[in-house]
Amino acid sequence: MLELSNLSKRYGDRLALDDVSFTVGAGRLTGFVGGNGAGKTTTMRIVLGVLAADGGRITLDGSPVTDVDRRRFGYMPEERGLYPKMRVLEQTVYLARLHGWAPAAARRNALDLLERLGLQERVDDTVESLSLGNQQRAQIAAALVHRPEVLVLDEPFSGLDPLAVEIVQAVLTDAARSGAPVLFSSHQLDVVERLCDDLVVIADGRIRAAGSREELRDQHGAERWELLLSGDAGWVRDFPGIRVIRFDGGWALFESESEAARQSVLAEAVSRGEVVTFAREQTTLAQIFKEVVR
Amino acid sequence: MTLDAAVADRDTPTFVRTVGLVAGREITSRLRSKAFLVSTAVLMLGVLASVILPSVLGGDDDTRIAVVGGAAAATDGVSGLDPVAVADRAEGEAMLRDGDVHAVVVPSDGPGVGLTVIGLDATPGSVVSALSIAPAVEVLEPAAVDSTLARLVAFGFGIVFFMSALTFGTTIASSVVEEKQTRIVEILLSTVSARALLTGKIVGNSLMALGQIVAIAVLALLGLAATGERVLLGGLGPSIAWFAIFFVVGFIMLAALYAGTASMVSRVEDVGTTTTPVTMLVMIPYFLVVFFFDDPTVLTIMSYVPFSSPVGMPVRVFLGETEWWEPILSLAILLATTAAAVLIGERIYRNSLLRMGSRVKLGEALGR
Repeated sequence: MLELSNLSKRYGDRLALDDVSFTVGAGRLTGFVGGNGAGKTTTMRIVLGVLAADGGRITLDGSPVTDVDRRRFGYMPEERGLYPKMRVLEQTVYLARLHGWAPAAARRNALDLLERLGLQERVDDTVESLSLGNQQRAQIAAALVHRPEVLVLDEPFSGLDPLAVEIVQAVLTDAARSGAPVLFSSHQLDVVERLCDDLVVIADGRIRAAGSREELRDQHGAERWELLLSGDAGWVRDFPGIRVIRFDGGWALFESESEAARQSVLAEAVSRGEVVTFAREQTTLAQIFKEVVR
Repeated sequence: MTLDAAVADRDTPTFVRTVGLVAGREITSRLRSKAFLVSTAVLMLGVLASVILPSVLGGDDDTRIAVVGGAAAATDGVSGLDPVAVADRAEGEAMLRDGDVHAVVVPSDGPGVGLTVIGLDATPGSVVSALSIAPAVEVLEPAAVDSTLARLVAFGFGIVFFMSALTFGTTIASSVVEEKQTRIVEILLSTVSARALLTGKIVGNSLMALGQIVAIAVLALLGLAATGERVLLGGLGPSIAWFAIFFVVGFIMLAALYAGTASMVSRVEDVGTTTTPVTMLVMIPYFLVVFFFDDPTVLTIMSYVPFSSPVGMPVRVFLGETEWWEPILSLAILLATTAAAVLIGERIYRNSLLRMGSRVKLGEALGR
């Protein structure tokens, strides 16, 4: 488990991070969302030791993170880049060796990974000669070739073609399944929503919300219920203890005063005919985000 | 993604191993660059030409010499020589002192090839090399060191230091900015320390620079030997050894400064704006040695000032002007300055690497 406690960072007069604390659980895919300049990249750079925090600490499974630990972190910075004139395989092997892999094993890892990314035909080409899509794949290889045990990815999906997005999603899910803490930031709230177990929302350098996706929905989603009937749902509008927000033919979205009122609506609906759906409205991440950042 | 990597396949790399990896990458990527290979080839050809051409082209303007008796057999018809027969050695020496001839060639009684070449104040190199056999050489009024030779040695050290320091200094500068411009530096810094990265770059490029000057030295010596200028070789040994030592230390100092100043900008196009002061430090000793190689005061000062001592001290060693402790003292000064330069360069480097966009101000780069 990766734990960030009370991180602060100041750039001149501007407080970029203000008492930032959250955890990335082992085996949990944790989405890190926030607007531009909210502090995501700064936080990730501090986790990787690329930037020094002014205060606070970071621990991995309870002990402070050292440079030795960080060699087992996989990092994809927001600003992408590789050596343009180096060959793909050579470059990937070089990065694996910087992380401490023996030459033969580094080469094996690199070849496996490049094949999985569909780059096996391109391993001896220079990075600058690759298409943009293949350069992105090479970038993914650079972040993963040393088989990291903790993943920190800054906007891993930005600029990726749909195939690469799928590959990265699979890689993140695999990593989490094998027990690695995975932290990634994204602007694409729908991707985060689909993938994440946990969410951290940051704005103006402060953590506004953190927790599992369900918890956050419970805390921040309004309690609204959806009813879809095969027949007309007009009667719901006059039902005691119920306030209908929107209504359309057999569909109604409503709030109820109490659990009892809600159950009465359901009983009434069942007695009147076929109930297609009766469910709590799914609060989208976009709604939660808007609410907590406000 | 598996966590069950074999233990033997992976460990925590030491500082030295990381430096070795970084240095290895610097060297291979340089050896693979066409621009580097071409410029090296041009430099090598230039060195070879400057050694060989003078003796090849020297033939156009025949050197007047006085020849005594039986020596005429060896000098007649030799290209590049214009022999004048004289009665005896005394007459020849008189003409030599008057400046009528460059040298006197007399038959010698001693062992060897049977000829002695007499010069006024220096070895008449062109005459000696024109003869197909190596004669004995006498000098009437020997100066401490042949001034032509002194000039040649001073120029040689000056230009080799200048070219190599400039070539590899700018190489290290563009390598630093390339990493910054392509943004790979952030991946590197998340894996290795800025210090290991900088050390690897300096080590890699220093090895390349040293390799280049060794190649130049070998080429120059071979060229001299091939053209028969054996007389030039004597006495160069110790000064070449000192030059190599001073060069390595001096280059590390310059490399650290190049790396530090280069890291302040974000684009390769802008690298000149911050590295110019360092380039000046490389050029000044070159011009000083070209203009003041025969001024002992300037040369003495140069031989102690860290940025010019790699050229100044070996020249003075060659001229025989130094006490035994002088090169050692100067080297100590250079080492101390280099240590300071590495600390400053590393600080600028570390503070500037992740600052993209406009040029980092020196004050900020030197800050905490």
